[in-house]
Amino acid sequence: MELLVATAVGMLTASGIYMVLRLRTFPVIIGISLLTYAVNVFLFGSGRLLPNAPAVLTDGVDIYSDPLPQALVLTAIVISFGMTAVVVIVALGSWLANDDDMVDTPTAGAGPDAADDQPRGGAQS
Amino acid sequence: MTHWLILPILLPGMLAAILVMVTRYHRVLQRTFSLAGSVLTLALAIGLFWRASDGTIDIYQLGNWQAPFGIVLVADRLSTLMVLITAILAPLVLLYAIGSGWDERGRHFHPLFQFQIMGIMGAFLTGDMFNLFVFFEILLIASYGLMIHGGGADRLRAGTQYVLFNLLGSTLFLFALGTLYAQTGTLNMADLAVRVAALDPADTAGIRVAAVLLLLVFAIKAALLPLHFWLPASYAEAPAPVAALFAIMTKVGAYCIIRVYTLVFPTDLSLTQGLFDTWMMPAALLTLMMGMIGVLGSNRVDRLVAFSVIGSMGLLLAAVSVFTPQGIAAALYYAVHSTFAAAALFLLVDVMRDRRGDVGVHLRDAAPIAGGALVAGMFFVAAIAMTGLPPLSGFIGKLLVMTAALDHPLEAWIWAAILIGSLIAVVGFGRAGSQVFWKSHQVATETTGPDSAAEGSNTPEQTPPVLPVVAIGGMLTMLVALTLFAGPVMRTMDATAAQLFNPAPYIEVVLTTEGKVIDSGDYGDDTGGDAATAEEGY
Repeated sequence: MELLVATAVGMLTASGIYMVLRLRTFPVIIGISLLTYAVNVFLFGSGRLLPNAPAVLTDGVDIYSDPLPQALVLTAIVISFGMTAVVVIVALGSWLANDDDMVDTPTAGAGPDAADDQPRGGAQS
Repeated sequence: MTHWLILPILLPGMLAAILVMVTRYHRVLQRTFSLAGSVLTLALAIGLFWRASDGTIDIYQLGNWQAPFGIVLVADRLSTLMVLITAILAPLVLLYAIGSGWDERGRHFHPLFQFQIMGIMGAFLTGDMFNLFVFFEILLIASYGLMIHGGGADRLRAGTQYVLFNLLGSTLFLFALGTLYAQTGTLNMADLAVRVAALDPADTAGIRVAAVLLLLVFAIKAALLPLHFWLPASYAEAPAPVAALFAIMTKVGAYCIIRVYTLVFPTDLSLTQGLFDTWMMPAALLTLMMGMIGVLGSNRVDRLVAFSVIGSMGLLLAAVSVFTPQGIAAALYYAVHSTFAAAALFLLVDVMRDRRGDVGVHLRDAAPIAGGALVAGMFFVAAIAMTGLPPLSGFIGKLLVMTAALDHPLEAWIWAAILIGSLIAVVGFGRAGSQVFWKSHQVATETTGPDSAAEGSNTPEQTPPVLPVVAIGGMLTMLVALTLFAGPVMRTMDATAAQLFNPAPYIEVVLTTEGKVIDSGDYGDDTGGDAATAEEGY
């Protein structure tokens, strides 16, 4: 089971990093989602993997699984879910405003007013 | 137990909720509540700072649970100092936002602002690693909203980069926390300190990974060299009051480095030895140089200021990397100074942007700006402070850092980087200032006749409106005060550093303060009180 979980985390992380390095926002967001899945599974693993053990105090049970990582994962899932929603909205806004969904800024100096280098003296009077 | 301790977190949080629910459409009410709340937070912060100033360490157990099991807030000298800086900065930034109308250029500025304050305060006060992560997320999600406040194509693009970069940082943070938990079985900072020190020296692979991962996460926040790429675009494109508030955000990273690496992974610990000397110090010096070269190379004033923030973070982290009490004290002094200097500069850039018409913040010829003398004077003062020329606090801060670095093995490099960096920054700021404030007069007389010069004097608004000037003036006053009272301030910083390098009282207070626990004996009968009722649902 350890091998399976470790492989899953590794695969998810590797794919996530690959996707995050893309140039467009959509694959990057997918990559970040994959990374958050990876980290959630990883957090589970940090409390040691133990099947068929309750996390909450129960009568007649001696072996418990660690409840804390489960609480942590719950928090992490909620937060990453919210964050993914935020990044989707911001990326959508950026796409609508810029007419493209590239992540990086266009080459410096290519802004709308960089071309005209004329002094604008007196323009404010 | 003092309930005061949680109020700097609760007050902005509840205020934000009230602002967004009740006063949504009332501009005046929003402004009044937000400003009043910030002033109240300042009063609380002063109270906390005063309480911690005799070396008391206060602890607040949430839900009254005993320390390693429950979450604790801890107020020692360092935490209360950082809380105080934030609380002083916030009302000034709000004054500017109100006075310049920035809070009207999009929706929900004030609630987001208060949420951001809540997150920052929480990050400074918490004594639990996972709680630190949660407060990081609170301050980040509020900062995402603030970052794109007002909209615009460039801002949204910079906002996307900012959000993506920080999401990656959060993921890394979680990986670090998972590793830490897997190795030690706790996430309470004081408990971690005990357990990390007791680890078997032969079996430390995991904890080393966790220590480096955590340093990376905090270095992202603090904009250390290879991880600084998010900063210039975000800070330059963010609305001015937001950028000014963000001046404290990089300090959150620096604070976390100082806190975690004095308490949990002290540098004399064999497993983290060399982390700061071998890696942090060169990275910090490169950050310093890169930031200052960026100052010289920018063709826009807002980017110039953003790069100067990177440079000042480099200097700050170099002081931290020395990792002696003297170095940390110098770093703290410089942190206070650079927060206010950077915030004032960001606001001044916005004043310029408003007044230069189409040219905006680009370093190109333009007509003199209205009320130029006052703006130029304030820019001059802020630039002197930022570049670290005498007589202002930047100079004192730099001197302190250089003195602290005297016995360091990389002494020559540190001195060279700081001095050359300062020189480059002076040239960069001088170039920007003369382009914006002096060359403009030449332009005006060359391109316009006497007629339009006379016309120019009729410009209705000669001086900037009052509130923004008050806000910027307040920040500059803080810089002057830091200079005048450098002696008492440094004594506080020395005491803070001394407290950090003697973590035993901190650990003792956190771990021995009584609280609720569930004993195995308690479980099942009614004497457990709240503890038992909480578990009855099984």
